[in-house]
Amino acid sequence: QEVTVEVLEHLEHLALVDFRDAEGVERLRKAIRFADLLQEVNTEGVEPMDSVLEDRCLYLREDDVTEGNCTKELLKNAREKVEEYFVAPPGNIPLLKLEEQETFLQGS
Amino acid sequence: WVPVVGLEVHAQISSNSKLFSGSQVQFAAPPNSLVSFFDASLPGTLPVLNRRCVEAAVMTGLALNCSINKKSLFDRKHYFYADLPAGYQITQQRVPIAVNGTLSYSLYKDNKMSQMVTKTVRIKQIQLEQDSGKSLHDDTRSQTLVDLNRAGVGLMEVVMEPDMCCGEEAAAAVRELQLILQTLGSSQAVMAEGQLRVDANVSVHHRGEPYGVRTEVKNINSIRFLAKAVDYEIERQIEELENGGTILNETRAFDSKLGCTVPMRDKEGKQDYRFMPEPNLPPLILYDAKSLPANINHQQVVNIDWIHERLPDLPSVRRAKLVELYGILPEHSFTLVNEDGLTEFFENVVNQTQMKPKKVIGWILKDLLSYLKQHSLTVKESPVSSVLLADLLNLLEKKEISSTAAKQVLAELWKGEGKSPLEIVKEKKLELMQDQKELEQICQEVIDGQENEVMAIKAGNLKVLNKLIGLVQRKTQGRSNPVVVKQLLEKKLS
Repeated sequence: QEVTVEVLEHLEHLALVDFRDAEGVERLRKAIRFADLLQEVNTEGVEPMDSVLEDRCLYLREDDVTEGNCTKELLKNAREKVEEYFVAPPGNIPLLKLEEQETFLQGS
Repeated sequence: WVPVVGLEVHAQISSNSKLFSGSQVQFAAPPNSLVSFFDASLPGTLPVLNRRCVEAAVMTGLALNCSINKKSLFDRKHYFYADLPAGYQITQQRVPIAVNGTLSYSLYKDNKMSQMVTKTVRIKQIQLEQDSGKSLHDDTRSQTLVDLNRAGVGLMEVVMEPDMCCGEEAAAAVRELQLILQTLGSSQAVMAEGQLRVDANVSVHHRGEPYGVRTEVKNINSIRFLAKAVDYEIERQIEELENGGTILNETRAFDSKLGCTVPMRDKEGKQDYRFMPEPNLPPLILYDAKSLPANINHQQVVNIDWIHERLPDLPSVRRAKLVELYGILPEHSFTLVNEDGLTEFFENVVNQTQMKPKKVIGWILKDLLSYLKQHSLTVKESPVSSVLLADLLNLLEKKEISSTAAKQVLAELWKGEGKSPLEIVKEKKLELMQDQKELEQICQEVIDGQENEVMAIKAGNLKVLNKLIGLVQRKTQGRSNPVVVKQLLEKKLS
């Protein structure tokens, strides 16, 4: 199974990861081949495990107010703020397509 | 054309603190003041489940006849948006807490307001999930301001199967769900405060053919707008298809000012949420009387049977009890339960008057309620208290005033000047005449003065009698009982 340009673009868009160059893409291919080793194990009739915590009890907390009221501290991390609001761009900024990115990098 | 409507309802859980953190849940508060490190998604923080939220979801599931999953799981739903600091929402996609329920609701048949018909919609599932923060769009400065106070508040998402066919059904179903949630106390479900949010999925097809492409309609802020939005979208799709066009599988927003749906710009294409199990939360295990382990900390246990035993009377049960106890019609019970505080008002009046509940209900629904609606007042804001109304109805019941006079007194009471019904009656001289002889004399005077009408009545036209009764009423300034007057006139004319 090939890692096509469409798949790469899709992944970069979903995860905001930049595979950048041929070396990055090759590393991705190697990672997929490594994970594919899992297919060799016969898991018929075995429930998938999605957490090592599966036997643990899920702790239930009482409905008390114990946190919050730390606006100043939280806003310390913000590059920009307006009157105790975080500031973000107006919407999600769409990523450039792969070809556009290459020409952009070549130009710089 | 057969329209198909399905709803996804998000109800904010009524709790002191959030679903996975200890910050407070409150509607209006200074921005970012009700936010913990976990809500802001700072690294190194972990989710801790709030027991009250689990109980709220179980209560709601039981009230909607669902099967409660004794083991349910949490998942991450990934997407990027400024009001979702973690980049994912913790929800229950694979195995939610409750599945396969039903919601029964009633509608007036054929717009007649006289007969009601009951319908059901299937509940696919109820899941626990986090709410996101709030984005305030500042288009002039091309930026978005983010307030995370709402981020992490517990939500119950109620997913309904597409069993509805129009705006009226959708509105009635949501109204009933709202009443149920408010009765349970699991959510205050006030749409205006964002505690109840509804998204509608709408499609149309021809009978016998497969379902058409559906659109999702968001940004619906009231039950009235829900009906409008759904009906508009159905019409739009039918028109588009009849003109040879196609329906795009898109998300549309309802514009309440224009009364139409418009495409939403920010949702491009189909989203890939890359669901994955939430690795920081083990499965949620619920118990019942049978499976309850012996040596366990009760604070750590949610017992489904215990919750079931303590469920309050749901709206449908309350209505049935009102009909049985007071002999009123099902339609009446609907209005009583639908208006906040009206049942209590009605019962208070009934308990303080000799008038039969079947008669009282007319005064409550026709007179009191219409006054309240005209002045946009809630029952709690009524200038006429249940005590005053009961006093008035007692005067009427004791035949001290006529029903026309009673209506006049009510109009006075409505001004809220603090006078009692008896004071108003005395002031306006509305007491019924007690002197039979005087009344007979007036009746005779009217008969003597209306030769033509008398001839018509003797000839068999009995409807003309009402005119004579009206004339007597006028002469007595409304202080005569129309029933008695009719009897006197009939006796004199026979």
